[in-house]
Amino acid sequence: MLKLKVNNKDIEIEEGLTVLQACEKAGVEIPRFCYHEKLSIAGNCRMCLVEIEKSPKPVASCAMPATEGMNIKTNTSFVEKSRKGVMEFLLANHPLDCPVCDQGGECDLQDQSLFYGVDKSRYKENKRAVAEKNMGPLIKTQMTRCIHCTRCIRFATEIAGVPELGAIGRGENMEITTYLEKSMESELSANVVDLCPVGALTSKPYVFEARPWELKKTESIDVMDAIGSNIRVDTYGWEVKRILPRINEDINEEWISDKTRYACDGLLNQRLDTPLIKYNNKFDKASWNEVNNIIKAKIKETSSDKICGLTGDLTNMETLFIFKEFFNKCLNSKNLESRNDDVYLNPEKRENYLFNSHINGIEESDFIFLIGSNPRYEATILNARIRKAYLKNKTKIVSSNNVGDLTYHYDFLKGKTGDIKEIVEDKHPLSNIIKLSKKPLIILGQSVLSSNSGRYIFESIKYFLKKNGKINNEWNSLNIISENASTVGSFDLGIFQNNNVSNQVLSNLKNQKYELVFLLGRDNLKFKKKNEFIIYQGSHGDKGAEIADIILPGSAYTEQNGYFTNLEGKLQKAYKASYPPGEAREDWKIINDLAEVVNNKKLFNNREELESSLINYLNLMYEKNNSTKETDVKDLVFENENIIINNIDYYYSNSIARASKTMFKCRNEKTKLESTGTEG
Amino acid sequence: MLRDEDRIFKNLYNDIGSDLNSAKKRGDWSNTKELCAKGREWIISEIKSSELRGRGGAGFPTGLKWSFAPKEIGSRPHYLVINADESEPGTCKDRDILRFEPHKLIEGCLISSYAVNAHKCYIYIRGEYFIEGQKLQKAIDEAYKNNFLGKDACGTGWDLDIYIHYGAGAYICGEETALLESLEGKKGQPRLKPPFPALIGLYGCPTIINNVETIAVVPSILRRGAKWFAALGNPKNTGTKIYCISGNVNSPCNVEEEMGIPLKDLIETHAGGVIGGWENLKAVIPGGSSMPLLPKRICDTIKMDFDSLIAEKSGLGTAGIIVINNDQDIIKCMSRIARFYKHESCGQCTPCREGSGWMWRMLERMAKGEASRDEVNMLMDVTKQIEGHTICAFGEGSAWPVQGLLRHFKKEVEKRNNFNPLVNRNKNIPYLVDQHLLEKKNA
Amino acid sequence: MTIKKICKEQPEHFELTEKNIEKAKKIITNYPEGKQQSAVMALLYLAQSQNENWIPLAAMKYIGKFLNIPYIKVYEVATFYSMYNLSPVGKNFIQVCTTTPCMIRGAYKIVDACKEKISNNENELLEGKNCSWVEVECLGACVNGPMMQINNDYFEDLDKEKTLKILDQILKGNSPKPGSYRGRTNSEPEKNRKTLLDTKNA
Repeated sequence: MLKLKVNNKDIEIEEGLTVLQACEKAGVEIPRFCYHEKLSIAGNCRMCLVEIEKSPKPVASCAMPATEGMNIKTNTSFVEKSRKGVMEFLLANHPLDCPVCDQGGECDLQDQSLFYGVDKSRYKENKRAVAEKNMGPLIKTQMTRCIHCTRCIRFATEIAGVPELGAIGRGENMEITTYLEKSMESELSANVVDLCPVGALTSKPYVFEARPWELKKTESIDVMDAIGSNIRVDTYGWEVKRILPRINEDINEEWISDKTRYACDGLLNQRLDTPLIKYNNKFDKASWNEVNNIIKAKIKETSSDKICGLTGDLTNMETLFIFKEFFNKCLNSKNLESRNDDVYLNPEKRENYLFNSHINGIEESDFIFLIGSNPRYEATILNARIRKAYLKNKTKIVSSNNVGDLTYHYDFLKGKTGDIKEIVEDKHPLSNIIKLSKKPLIILGQSVLSSNSGRYIFESIKYFLKKNGKINNEWNSLNIISENASTVGSFDLGIFQNNNVSNQVLSNLKNQKYELVFLLGRDNLKFKKKNEFIIYQGSHGDKGAEIADIILPGSAYTEQNGYFTNLEGKLQKAYKASYPPGEAREDWKIINDLAEVVNNKKLFNNREELESSLINYLNLMYEKNNSTKETDVKDLVFENENIIINNIDYYYSNSIARASKTMFKCRNEKTKLESTGTEG
Repeated sequence: MLRDEDRIFKNLYNDIGSDLNSAKKRGDWSNTKELCAKGREWIISEIKSSELRGRGGAGFPTGLKWSFAPKEIGSRPHYLVINADESEPGTCKDRDILRFEPHKLIEGCLISSYAVNAHKCYIYIRGEYFIEGQKLQKAIDEAYKNNFLGKDACGTGWDLDIYIHYGAGAYICGEETALLESLEGKKGQPRLKPPFPALIGLYGCPTIINNVETIAVVPSILRRGAKWFAALGNPKNTGTKIYCISGNVNSPCNVEEEMGIPLKDLIETHAGGVIGGWENLKAVIPGGSSMPLLPKRICDTIKMDFDSLIAEKSGLGTAGIIVINNDQDIIKCMSRIARFYKHESCGQCTPCREGSGWMWRMLERMAKGEASRDEVNMLMDVTKQIEGHTICAFGEGSAWPVQGLLRHFKKEVEKRNNFNPLVNRNKNIPYLVDQHLLEKKNA
Repeated sequence: MTIKKICKEQPEHFELTEKNIEKAKKIITNYPEGKQQSAVMALLYLAQSQNENWIPLAAMKYIGKFLNIPYIKVYEVATFYSMYNLSPVGKNFIQVCTTTPCMIRGAYKIVDACKEKISNNENELLEGKNCSWVEVECLGACVNGPMMQINNDYFEDLDKEKTLKILDQILKGNSPKPGSYRGRTNSEPEKNRKTLLDTKNA
């Protein structure tokens, strides 16, 4: 502990902090532009100057280590004069275009100039104008406003791992640009918009959409992947105008992926806003009563084993739960499935489908082994953590396959299931590395779990880790990357048919064993419709709605409260920021009403009742989660095959993203880059 | 006048050749092995007691700097880096050392590297000095051929490799941490201090950075004794120094003289006097462009050493003396220097990036008489707002010359820029008319 | 100087010659392993000398790949330092120092001479001419001012007449002799030498 003084107040701080951090501990706020907790220290904006006794010059507090006995002063006229001087320089060449600047109202420069700016400029020379740069479909530039804090450059090189931004030229002609003005090849690129303290980098899709003070802000959870990034949804009336990250050090720190941020314009397009019935291959508008009665009639004429329900990737847990209740209680059917392919699932224990080391644990790990996964596209934020660990601890990373650029260095194997067999049989150099690592991290992707030897690989890896003490109370090195927001929630709620072999419901469906198919937000279905009667409930007119006979318009994740469990098994609640369009209703309500029509009785009296039963169910399930049943590895089928990693169409992975014009542009940009060679 | 036998750089004008044999005749490489054999401690203490101060501008005691390097080589190698990025306007001394006395520098590198435990030495030469660099490379090759460098260099038992690294036209790379950045293949933007390069420098390893002249005098000091060196000049300002006298003098030249020589003597004896006579002198910039100028009144008596010049709010800097006589427009001269700094600012820190251009533009208008009366004071404000607010000393370097001008020639500046924008509306300069205040007046 | 102009017409490909690749590989060995980025400045010089005094974008890309560093790093370096030309310049690249010490001694007369003989504008390569000129900051030969640099050579102690003669030579394709044009030895005090006379007369 160090003892020092801030404005004559004695404080004690731990060692290794900077003067700025020490001031913050003492409750003194220091203005800053270039400094950012998550980025390296640049010390170039000079706004954070403070006075330190015995130092003749003011000191940049962000870069100066705090030392024992320091006497820091932040409220003297000396400090104020220094900061005012810096502010004058910052404003000298900054345009006075706040009225047309999208940053207005949430601009650091605006805020600080209230404290340190003077009312009128003494700068009488011509102001500098800088040409705009092309940074792709997400980032709008207005480089005249740039104050050269270099946060964006540091973010791109350090966090995103794409050293594509740089400052060219020097002196007053220094300009921030990408190499030859191409868009950043990163799924985290738009975070520079948040980082930019002024209006130089703003959000292109949000240009001139709204002022921050006009927006209603709702804290919520993202559903674009299984990470469960914490977000803030800003709405203006019905429209979701933008999505911003919220800080959650355990999950997304303060970053979100571009898809999380920008798929939100998909909430405005392709929406299902009224119940529809298909007559002669054409959809006709109908009332809720009509559709519910038709469904009731269909249910009555179909035997319960001919009914199945498939749940989707973005469905919240309340809806899943009531859907399950509806099937079990009203339809007497257990033909429910959330998986969309033959992915192997051992539901005996929760740890079998979770990311057990936790996202935070990545930074503690000393060896990371990726099996059949491309985390960059499957879980962008998680990949950023792996990069962080790589930079911070020089963690060794090995992948079963060569999956291209992951933004960090990794070694790769030949991409055969045989490699894994050798490892678990102690015949591979990696076996020892895993055994010798204190906290190894074995990451299994969905791709490998859906291969023919998926079961073998999962069970034998788990057996191997357990045998070597890598799964214990302190550290569980078995990690599964789920790809979708509702995957873990569905498993927790038992929405699958388990026979350890393949996806029974799906194969029955393909073999035309069902007559009535209920798709609850299930869109990415690989299935050819024959004579089935299909009910689709969801928010977007996408692949699922296309094959439906009846469409029930539901709500998107921003339009209803709902729980989601992320890939680590963390239960988080998304909040209603907007309301569903037209006749559309909240998803749980649709099922509840349908149950009333079918069975003359609501399943739940109100939302609270539903929520508490859900939580009860989950608590019971968590408690029961102590099965000791072991799978015998010896009998498992092994097939030496190539591990093929499913190609994820990153910007098009779900119905909301597919409806988003911004995602469409990003996808085009990416294909353009790929076709011209990624080297610019 | 310094006696010829006390001069260190006997081949300053290349009368006798810069090759190894000629250098040996001048005494270079004569007992390098013995000098090193006396040990690190001895070398450093000898340099300390010679009171040698860095010749690159800041005047930091060299022996003290060396003693900051870790005593033993740890897990990281040590480096010696020679700063030959001589870019300060008015200074061209290192150029002559590089091309005419390269062996003094190379021998100095060996001894200094030994003293600071470095096995690798980089000489960072500004890119424009290509020919000089080639001459130095030739001398290095000669030294390698004679086993003065490489494994067991010169029989000292110390391995040393010297490499030349060319800059590419950036004044800021003369700043030591910017130089390290440049050496690492990046833009020359100064680093934050602490950490200091002596502990975390080139490639994150302990690094000692010295000017060419500093290192080149080291062998002579050790050979002739710290006492001899300390006896020259004044206490704390000892030894000899190469002065570069340029500008309005009859014979501009480089000359090695004693530290603390009166400026007037220096100009009259060696540079043939001011053009038009001493009375025609207007001002002198005593230490390269970044040092504040001195008016004639001070030049009459000032002594050329670190402390005397600091007492007059200037500095010895690199000892690049720029003489300006009454035929010149002093504001124009300073405006040109401000343009230099505007051009060379690295752009990292706000005050320097935005302020250097602002100062230049104001001075440019002041030279033409297009600035208003209150802008003269404002210019002073701007220099104060830059000075001391930046990462490196470039902020001071760009602000000081302007401050010097305003300190000593404010009346002249005000005389030329004497209009009040409100009273005498100057239609030619519409942006000086303050619209806000005009409206108030009309209301 | 505004930000360096990057030539619009760029060659598609650039490769170092075999000889230069050898040189480049040698330069990389000057630096510790893994620190090959240090060589970027030297490699840019190689590219510049190989490509008639200017660096095309393709060369930066090539160097980035050669050194295994991101292109933007090469681009940053190439735009930061003033000696890299990113647009074609003359085969003889004339740089006139006009910083204060040279200016005091008449550097702008040399600029006039360049305007007269070469082109009215800086950095302009007129058709059929083998040289272009540019005003630069201090070249570090202040006691020999005014002076100019043509490619690697310094021409010192100039005045307008002498400059015109040198430029005539250059335009004719000759290579005039570098050094002082008032006949003095390097940086000695002209006609006023009082030091080291023994060695001078030896």
